[in-house]
Amino acid sequence: MGKVYKYGDNVDTDVIIPARHLTTGDPKELAKHAMEDIDKDFATTVEEGDVIVAGKNFGTGSSREHAPLALKGAGVAAVIAPTFARIFYRNSFNVGFPILESEEAAEAISAGDNVEVDFRTGLITNKTKNETYQAEPFPEFMSGLIDKGGLVSYVKEKL
Amino acid sequence: MAMTMTQKILAAHSGNDEVKAGQFIEADLDIVLANDITGPVAIKEFVKMGATEVFDKKKVVLVPDHFTPNKDIKAAQQCKELRDFAHDKEVLNYFEVGQMGIEHALLPEKGIVTAGDTVIGADSHTCTYGALGAFATGIGSTDMAAGMARGKAWFKVPEAIQFVLKNKPTKWVSGKDVILHIIGLIGVDGALYKSMEFVGDGIKHLSMDDRFTMANMAIEAGAKNGIFIVDDLTKKYIKEHKNPDLDKEPVFYEPDEDAEYAGTVVIDLSEVRPTVSFPHLPDNTKTIDEVGEVTIDQAVIGSCTNGRLEDMEIAAKILKLGKVKKGLRCIIFPGTQDVYLDCIRLGYAETFVKAGAVLSTPTCGPCLGGHMGILAEHERAVSTTNRNFVGRMGHITSEIYLASPAVAAASALLGKLANPETIKEELAKL
Repeated sequence: MGKVYKYGDNVDTDVIIPARHLTTGDPKELAKHAMEDIDKDFATTVEEGDVIVAGKNFGTGSSREHAPLALKGAGVAAVIAPTFARIFYRNSFNVGFPILESEEAAEAISAGDNVEVDFRTGLITNKTKNETYQAEPFPEFMSGLIDKGGLVSYVKEKL
Repeated sequence: MAMTMTQKILAAHSGNDEVKAGQFIEADLDIVLANDITGPVAIKEFVKMGATEVFDKKKVVLVPDHFTPNKDIKAAQQCKELRDFAHDKEVLNYFEVGQMGIEHALLPEKGIVTAGDTVIGADSHTCTYGALGAFATGIGSTDMAAGMARGKAWFKVPEAIQFVLKNKPTKWVSGKDVILHIIGLIGVDGALYKSMEFVGDGIKHLSMDDRFTMANMAIEAGAKNGIFIVDDLTKKYIKEHKNPDLDKEPVFYEPDEDAEYAGTVVIDLSEVRPTVSFPHLPDNTKTIDEVGEVTIDQAVIGSCTNGRLEDMEIAAKILKLGKVKKGLRCIIFPGTQDVYLDCIRLGYAETFVKAGAVLSTPTCGPCLGGHMGILAEHERAVSTTNRNFVGRMGHITSEIYLASPAVAAASALLGKLANPETIKEELAKL
């Protein structure tokens, strides 16, 4: 369970992790600068298990895998948004960073709420408001990849 | 079943007679690309996967272009990782500083990508190659690593929006204006998860450089890929850029007449105006007639979006009319060494320097706030690049106005957003 940071539509990869910090691929190093261009307090106040709730098209922009890595390194448990930019969606999936698509949750959850996320079932529980929301399930093909341990394990098996 | 152009390419690369939107497939890859930022992360994943060799030494392409020439020690280390890997795995198409270019300007020029290819690149602007009638899409480092190891990637087959281009654009309207206009129309997520398929008679009035610019920015509408139908001009380009070291044969696909589309948008090119994207999203567009007084501190001309020879030619034509406004920095960075050399041969280099502009070696540098033109607090840039996000080019209070090379060059002379159609008259008034 964690507290919610809430942002608007089209949160782009350049604010999730600005390019000036892309001289490392280490999640912990990247985490020090996560979200700094739209929320300078994020990196110093975020705690393990916190959740980001945002508007549509989260992660728009660059292909940098450093974006989900920075959030993962910061201890963020999940991002909940109505839609995600496609490369960010794919990258998050590949690095094992939970993302959930739910318009209802994105609208209903407020900044500071305490939220719990079950990534496997897509169930989002808002402890502050005593509400639950059901996120879109992952397509079967992608769940299959998760069962195989993610893309890295899948490729390892195929080689 | 009727298919879009993208669906046909994906069917052919996945051993299927047909595919439909929403279907998951594994496709064979013709090119797998990474740069000095995404490559090192991919190399780590490649090792984790237990891979020891790349799937095909001719099909993996590594280009150190983002923080090069090395901007600092950390960037130098990343480039070294890429270089050492390329050497160790005997990657044929590794391009060192001095021979390189900005990846998406370089690959078509070198004949590394051709029509009908399926390409993944760990860089979001990989969609540029759709101008050649290829399926090309940006992915992240782990997908790139999997591609290097196996020569395959999984895709969800996209549906498409068809853009029917009609008539001829006016003199100072380029591919950049057309794509900014389209993004303004449909929004930064207007083509989310979809293909943008460009068809119609108007295409014959767009040069290959215009088409590269347009396909390049498909990602700025959220698209998986942008793709142009192939015509004689495409075929001529491919023939002229045939790479003797690669046994590549183009395959020309066209969409089925009865293919299903998620939508159709008709664009009358003759009505498109020079267009500018205001901060801080590419869909925040205004025509040049609506921009008002916006003073500018820096003009940036170049990048994977607008660093090709035609872009340089337009910039030179306008910069020849005067001098860069006092107090303004004009930074020009051609996309490749060949474009740079052509700038020298054709006299554009002299024009740029005489006008008071900087002529830089090819690099992604300023576009992503890497180096070679960072903005200070509250500074404004007009830029021919592709993104105007908060802090993209420097300080978080700085602003980026996306425009064509003609608008950027005209603005460099006037010190404010300017219309290339009337720049001569404006300069005469000074």
